[in-house]
Amino acid sequence: MRRRIARRYAAERRFRWLGLGAIVLSAAFLFFLIITMVMQGAAGFLETRVQLPIDFRAAELNVTPEQLRGDRGDLALAGAGLEGVVDAAAGAAFPTAGGAELLSDGAWLRVRNAVKANPALLRQQVVIDVPVNSDVDMAFKRAGTPAAERIVSAMGDRLSSGLNHDFFGGADSSDPTRVGIWGALKGSLLTMLVTLLIAFPVGVLSALYLEEYAPRNRWTDLIEVSINNLAAVPSIIFGLLGLAVFLNTFGLPRSAPIVGGLTLALMTMPVIVIAGRNAIKAVPPSIRDAALGVGASPVQVVFHHVLPLALPGILTGTIIGMARALGETAPLLMIGMRAFIAAPPEGLTDPATVLPVQIFLWSDEVARGFVEKTSAAIIVLLVFLLAMNGLAIYLRNRFETRW
Amino acid sequence: MSRAALPFALLALSSACHDQASGGAGARAQIKAVGSSTVYPFTTIVAEQYLANNPGARPPVIESTGTGAGMRLFCAGIGAAHPDIVNASRRMKRSEFETCAKNGVRDILEVQVGIDGVAFAEAKAGPKMALTPADIYRALAAAPGGKANTARTWRDVNPSLPATPIQVYGPPATSGTRDALAELILARGCIDSDPTAKQLEESDTDAFKARCQRVREDGAYIDAGENDNLIVQKLTANPDALGIFGYSYLEENAGSVTGVPIAGVAPSSATIASGEYPGARPLFIYVKKAHLKAVPGLGRFVQQYTALWGASGPLARRGLIPAPSVVQAQAAAIVKRETPLREAALK
Repeated sequence: MRRRIARRYAAERRFRWLGLGAIVLSAAFLFFLIITMVMQGAAGFLETRVQLPIDFRAAELNVTPEQLRGDRGDLALAGAGLEGVVDAAAGAAFPTAGGAELLSDGAWLRVRNAVKANPALLRQQVVIDVPVNSDVDMAFKRAGTPAAERIVSAMGDRLSSGLNHDFFGGADSSDPTRVGIWGALKGSLLTMLVTLLIAFPVGVLSALYLEEYAPRNRWTDLIEVSINNLAAVPSIIFGLLGLAVFLNTFGLPRSAPIVGGLTLALMTMPVIVIAGRNAIKAVPPSIRDAALGVGASPVQVVFHHVLPLALPGILTGTIIGMARALGETAPLLMIGMRAFIAAPPEGLTDPATVLPVQIFLWSDEVARGFVEKTSAAIIVLLVFLLAMNGLAIYLRNRFETRW
Repeated sequence: MSRAALPFALLALSSACHDQASGGAGARAQIKAVGSSTVYPFTTIVAEQYLANNPGARPPVIESTGTGAGMRLFCAGIGAAHPDIVNASRRMKRSEFETCAKNGVRDILEVQVGIDGVAFAEAKAGPKMALTPADIYRALAAAPGGKANTARTWRDVNPSLPATPIQVYGPPATSGTRDALAELILARGCIDSDPTAKQLEESDTDAFKARCQRVREDGAYIDAGENDNLIVQKLTANPDALGIFGYSYLEENAGSVTGVPIAGVAPSSATIASGEYPGARPLFIYVKKAHLKAVPGLGRFVQQYTALWGASGPLARRGLIPAPSVVQAQAAAIVKRETPLREAALK
């Protein structure tokens, strides 16, 4: 008897330990992911700069400060051969460190922006901080090729590290020192906006109709089974659907956030419908009866009582669906959102990529500098995800009612 | 909540309708390119330069779809919904040209932007080898015919070759030249020496790569790093060795090394341009002439390509083998005069 009791206690303890072990294991994986990402990615937010002395008086750019106002300024500077001036200045300043090769491909753009911001520079001799090439950047931050390490030790304190503003404001590039995440982030924002605007109202209205109005018969059973199956369909199928329907039939533009949003909305909707129906089902019938009893119309019952009470549950479903949509790559590859685009999108129909696709594209690049940029992009994606979920949880708690 | 839900739905509907009306058929502000993943990195560099040199221009959209899929998209029709440029790592096929013509894409500019390829070379004083892809496959593959490679001399590979040890200096595994070696020479030699490999290529790509494209690592193939000049020096010091590098180096060092004929064709700008030499493939972009006026900046974009493809230009720095200067001049003339491609020129 006592032995059996001991065995039962032992089984109880084993079960508790197993459960705890499972949690510790998943927490360990999560920590491992976050720590490796932060370790590798943190450097991705930084850039290495070198002090480049330029004597604009000697350079004889045939452009006057007056021409630099407004949009025509970029054109005037591009036509005046500023890139050549920057390369020559680098050649003169760093003859042993590779000259113009030392600088990033985007270095002259930094000079252009500096000149545009302050046209008076054109009459002066100035020192401008410009980014260095990827090899030297890697060597300065951690460890690079022997040649780059030699350049770093030779340059000494002329190299400095700083926050890479271009990373937060730019878009894709073929040079790891020039890439930015804003293009993909904005693409993700626009896509998620379209997804939310379509999937949320349609999903909630479907759930309401099925739960509150639809008669119970073979047809509604069929619809219910279809929706449940749709929620489990692999996402690539939705990509093919989007390709066939939105691009080939409706002729919407390829690679555009509107098409991405519509495709992901198709994927997210069933999740919202299922969560919404469960949440609506959980609203006590007594509340409906009471509302009807005091003379409310069915629409008033739904919108004044059922929906507000079911909203926290619906929002939970929406969070899950949107989080899945945010991390989705496969369907977007099908509709062309994997293109190289060197500037952020300006509207819903502009070509764009999204964060997960950008991460996928960068991880595929050969240049070593892209490793830290990939990790940095993953950090941005995780922060975006946390922000989105945080907002949804805040909304859910605000609407939460207890009875 | 009732007050919030309705505007949501309306907004969603109206935005969908609006975009369908403006985005689908009308004009398009950005340049669109699709096609080969080999040409993709070069076109992205051109796109960046184009954007830097033309402030206010919309960013070109470049998608890597592979040449075949790119051609399908390109030839689907004229208009904003269809791409302006297709990147191709082979020449357009006649069947593709016909599909294009059927869909109204009549005038196409064919611009060769450069070469992707690998040349085999030996020292001027070398034994004057002549190889076939099958010889090279049996000499350099890690597992020719599925068995570990035991060949020590070229005679082990082919009795008509000299009994000199197999020593080949070549690029590292990360190099694009190495990819070209695997895809153009080794894969072809594998299929030549064992026709069943052809089915394997279609049924099991990984097994095909392991059997046909993996290079041996027991010292016969010597990884010489990314420095092609070093290979040239090693060859002059060791006349029995062979070297593998981009064709441009062979052309520049014609005084000290000579090309090894493969399948009877010696590497030269003529044989590479005509596609006879098995180690090289030309890289093209195809541009729709009808779009040159309709899409803002397309003409300047293609001009930008011609400005960057030189031997010391940024494309060569990222690994493009510049086309021979005659071919470059021809391509530049096609861009300048907008000469369309004739069907008779295609296979």
